[in-house]
Amino acid sequence: MSSIWEYANPKKFIATTDRLLPWVSALALGLMVLGLVWGFFFTPDDFRQGSTVKIIYIHVPSAMMAINAWAMMLVASMVWIVRRHHVSALAARAAAPIGAVMTVIALATGAIWGQPMWGTWWEWDPRLTSFLILFLFYLGYIALWSAIEDDDTAADLTSILCLVGSVFALLSRYAVNFWNQGLHQGASVLRASALAGDTEERVSNIFATPLFISMAGFLMLFIALVFLRTQTEIRARRMRALLARERMQ
Amino acid sequence: MPDLGKYAEAVLSSYAISLGLIVALVVLSVLRARKVKAQLAEVEARSKTGGKAQEQADG
Repeated sequence: MSSIWEYANPKKFIATTDRLLPWVSALALGLMVLGLVWGFFFTPDDFRQGSTVKIIYIHVPSAMMAINAWAMMLVASMVWIVRRHHVSALAARAAAPIGAVMTVIALATGAIWGQPMWGTWWEWDPRLTSFLILFLFYLGYIALWSAIEDDDTAADLTSILCLVGSVFALLSRYAVNFWNQGLHQGASVLRASALAGDTEERVSNIFATPLFISMAGFLMLFIALVFLRTQTEIRARRMRALLARERMQ
Repeated sequence: MPDLGKYAEAVLSSYAISLGLIVALVVLSVLRARKVKAQLAEVEARSKTGGKAQEQADG
């Protein structure tokens, strides 16, 4: 039986992801188009929020992926620290710009949604503030990778930064539960009581079905981009090694 | 096109900004992937020919 650690071999990783990439990309495109078109064109307005409810099909999936991207980077960073597999460090590096873009989308759509609903673009609310700090961590993480020439040192330091930033990734998700204050509502999509069928607590099915499809689409997009960008990072690393060897000759 | 009423600007700008950023991310990722792949092929070809020339010079 093959082990997951076989994919720590760059050649094996590239060969496997090359085969998977077209399927994952097609699935991402299909699910995103289905979820967003369904949500935008074929769902009614909310009785309180009007047509702004349609922002949910972008805002929630992007916020989910902003946090999950950091979680994936954390796992990959821990694998690097413990087992020193270069592919895992490069996968974490590859995921960071995707997570940063997802965070920007979540912040921007949240502000645009907040203005008509809350009467303000921004509030120093626990969830919004922790999301902004998470975005700054993304920028710091990307900058640190670019600033250090030696790949292994960069991987070590960014792994530590990722570990520290995980506090804010966690806060972004659970801030509403920790501090019962602020404008942002609590979890209503993946809340246990809502999933158990409490209709008072959950997003109505008419909105939830396209929302879940859109979330699945964003997840597939993230996976496809991580595959592609990790392949690029592996090739860029090999190129740097070959160029260094050339310079020494 | 659904009637978005007084919130049309908010909804449409949310979709435009988000889809614009996602498309930009995908396009930039694909372009960089192609560029790095081509550059690596060139460097690998050069290092192979360089290696052979070195072997001939040594031999």
